[in-house]
Amino acid sequence: MSSPSADAYYVPHAARWPIVGSIGLFVFFWGFANWLNDRPLGKETFFLGVIVLVVMMFGWFGTVIRESESGTYNGQVDTSFRMCMMWFIFSEVMFFAAFFGALFYARVFSGPWLGGDGGGGAGVTNEVLYQGFNYVWPSNGPDRIGGEFMQMGWFGLPLINTLLLLTSGLTCTFAHHAIRHGERKKMVKWLAATCALGFIFVGLQAYEYYHAYHGLNLKMSSGIYGSTFFMLTGFHGFHVTMGAIMLLVVMFRGMKSHFTANNHFAFEAAAWYWHFVDVVWLGLFVFVYLL
Amino acid sequence: MSADNAHDGVTHHAPGDHAPEHGHGDHDEHGPASGMMRWITTTNHKDIGSLYLWFSLIMFFIGGAMALVIRAELFQPGIQIVDPMFFNSMTTMHALVMIFGVVMPAFVGLANWMIPMMIGAPDMALPRLNNWSFWIMPFAFAILLSTLFMDSGGPAGGWTLYPPLSLQMGDSFAFVIFAIHFMGISSVMGSINIVATIFNMRAPGVTFMKMPMFVWTWLITAYLLIATIPVLAGAVTMLLTDRYFGTSFFSAAGGGDPVMFQHIFWFFGHPEVYILILPAFGIISSIIPTFARKPLFGYDSMVYATASIAFLSFIVWAHHMFTTGMPLAGSLFFMMSTMLISVPTGVKVFNWVATMWRGAMTFETPMLFAIGFVIMFTIGGLSGLMLAITPADIQYHDTYFVVAHFHYVLVPGAIYSIMAATYYWLPKWTGNMYDETLGKWHFWISTVFVNVLFFPMHFVGLAGMNRRIPDYSLQFADWNMVASIGAFGFGFSQLLFVWIVIKCVRGGKKATAEVWEGARGLEWTVPSPAPYHTFETAPDITKHMVR
Repeated sequence: MSSPSADAYYVPHAARWPIVGSIGLFVFFWGFANWLNDRPLGKETFFLGVIVLVVMMFGWFGTVIRESESGTYNGQVDTSFRMCMMWFIFSEVMFFAAFFGALFYARVFSGPWLGGDGGGGAGVTNEVLYQGFNYVWPSNGPDRIGGEFMQMGWFGLPLINTLLLLTSGLTCTFAHHAIRHGERKKMVKWLAATCALGFIFVGLQAYEYYHAYHGLNLKMSSGIYGSTFFMLTGFHGFHVTMGAIMLLVVMFRGMKSHFTANNHFAFEAAAWYWHFVDVVWLGLFVFVYLL
Repeated sequence: MSADNAHDGVTHHAPGDHAPEHGHGDHDEHGPASGMMRWITTTNHKDIGSLYLWFSLIMFFIGGAMALVIRAELFQPGIQIVDPMFFNSMTTMHALVMIFGVVMPAFVGLANWMIPMMIGAPDMALPRLNNWSFWIMPFAFAILLSTLFMDSGGPAGGWTLYPPLSLQMGDSFAFVIFAIHFMGISSVMGSINIVATIFNMRAPGVTFMKMPMFVWTWLITAYLLIATIPVLAGAVTMLLTDRYFGTSFFSAAGGGDPVMFQHIFWFFGHPEVYILILPAFGIISSIIPTFARKPLFGYDSMVYATASIAFLSFIVWAHHMFTTGMPLAGSLFFMMSTMLISVPTGVKVFNWVATMWRGAMTFETPMLFAIGFVIMFTIGGLSGLMLAITPADIQYHDTYFVVAHFHYVLVPGAIYSIMAATYYWLPKWTGNMYDETLGKWHFWISTVFVNVLFFPMHFVGLAGMNRRIPDYSLQFADWNMVASIGAFGFGFSQLLFVWIVIKCVRGGKKATAEVWEGARGLEWTVPSPAPYHTFETAPDITKHMVR
């Protein structure tokens, strides 16, 4: 990179967006907590926080994009950004690990213990509290919380969604190859396809939820099965939405002639994120739907 | 450079401005901006380090005041001063404030100040993110502390938030959960920044095995934070949905399990206790060689020991849960893995002692705190070993023996290391020497009282006094009175620390660049006080590194 700063690390001064972000998060959390407790103005405060956060992101990312496009950054700054994104994705992996852990623990340990398996102290709960409870996955527990429900099958929508996400990973890679060869228009086209697949995925997921609630009586409150099903797929769906928005922003930037064959960190960050949600989905498909 | 130009340097790089034609070599010669906005918008690692440290000091007194409420109530058996609910919210808040508001921010503040200077970097890798990591903290703690003033009171189920008890909390529950999410965002961003700084910003020649131990320990700590804080976020999110959205993660009636929360929580919680002590190991490993005037004994083994402790911290979590009725194989595994941790920890203590062995020792205040750390942390470590033994732990569980154990590793451990670091680097930060006589007084008064405070807790704990209960049977009265006297003595003697720091900031004997005769490392090559910007061009490290 031949910017004047090639020899010195760029240290920005007087950052004004972080404090906006802190205020935004404060309003967001404060409003959310009040909303959950049905207090007045909770919902309004929550959405105000969302607006402040969106404004902050526009402003902050906008600043960074302008700096990047004007050649302020050198290769070392680029490396810092890359490391930041990789470690952020690692933290996201660990967030999902908590929910996968809950699923595995419930299915492998605590569920069978509730049903009287495992011997020793494990059977006591069953004997004393839930005598006669026979544990079978999917379960909504001995009290049948949420009433009778049907399990979400894997064959229909989930399989289609799997194919959609896998295809989108492919189109995303095509877009990457395009920008690596400096073909920005081609990149935009493949990114458009990727975003479209992503949003179709989210749409189908929403339809699946509708079907679960109205067709299968499968709700978030359907015991441990409903809890793990909706929290895992829900957080995943949220991450897909975020990833698709990132790719959309990258696409619009591509349309404004951003990115070159050697300088397209934002693209790669969004692409890594996209592959991450893809991999999480494969885990979900196997452990939530198939097994 | 004229004053005008210096001012220019700031605005050229304000967000939104893009002026690449200005060289970046010259823009950093300006000093800090003036007024409040300097602190709100700063991207300077030294400013942000100071903000973290001051924040931590303020929270130290808030958390300390809560501890004194607890000790005042426990001065005598019976219910005297506060009602039990408030007592419980004091124990809960004291823990949350001290862990997330004092020890962690203080270590991050030290990391901010010292890591760029130690590795010859111009600043942290991501200075704006650094600003955000700090400025989240006051807002997060505003939410947490505000719960004390709500109708349903602060969280009172213990900082571990075990369900089903924590789910029975009133409306303030949601605020507590979001405060934890909020702090977690700060921790993860701060850690990512530290990892990126250490990987990417080292001056040429500062290889991994030449980094000061403080940098090494923080690298590993940051990794632990990035790996475990999201797990805590997941755990408290499940609590939130169990409370407000009808899920059954922690309810056996719905097929979940309250013990599952403990597993997920302690998967975060045990690495967390190493997050609270590894940077302390780094600080002590910096201070002892200086005042023993010998290089650190066994540097390589220190690095490997730190990494081993971090690895083991992920496979020992259930030793907090020996009384939950785990299968025998589980108990055995977690007992063995826990006891294994004493091997790398022993390596460290051995190395510190070996560093001092036949050294030309002097005992300035940082060294006193460091030696106090080695001795008293080891006491806490040994009681930890006792707690690791499953059959013994079943007896000790939830007694004051546990309280004694973790306060020995956290107060004369983590807090002492922070005090030691402050005295050690204060001349570098302010350009003035602190008052050595007062510093020594501070050490000796604190050390006497901290033992009066926590040592008797071993006795009442072994005799069966339960923690987190505002009342106790008469046979524990004497030692509780002693402990409370120690608590007030220790608490008020920290005012002396504040006085020493303020006095040093305002003036005193001028410090030299090297400050300490035996000090090694890049931070001692820059003048005292350290200029606003250091190492804008990479330093020649050949003469100055620790090794």
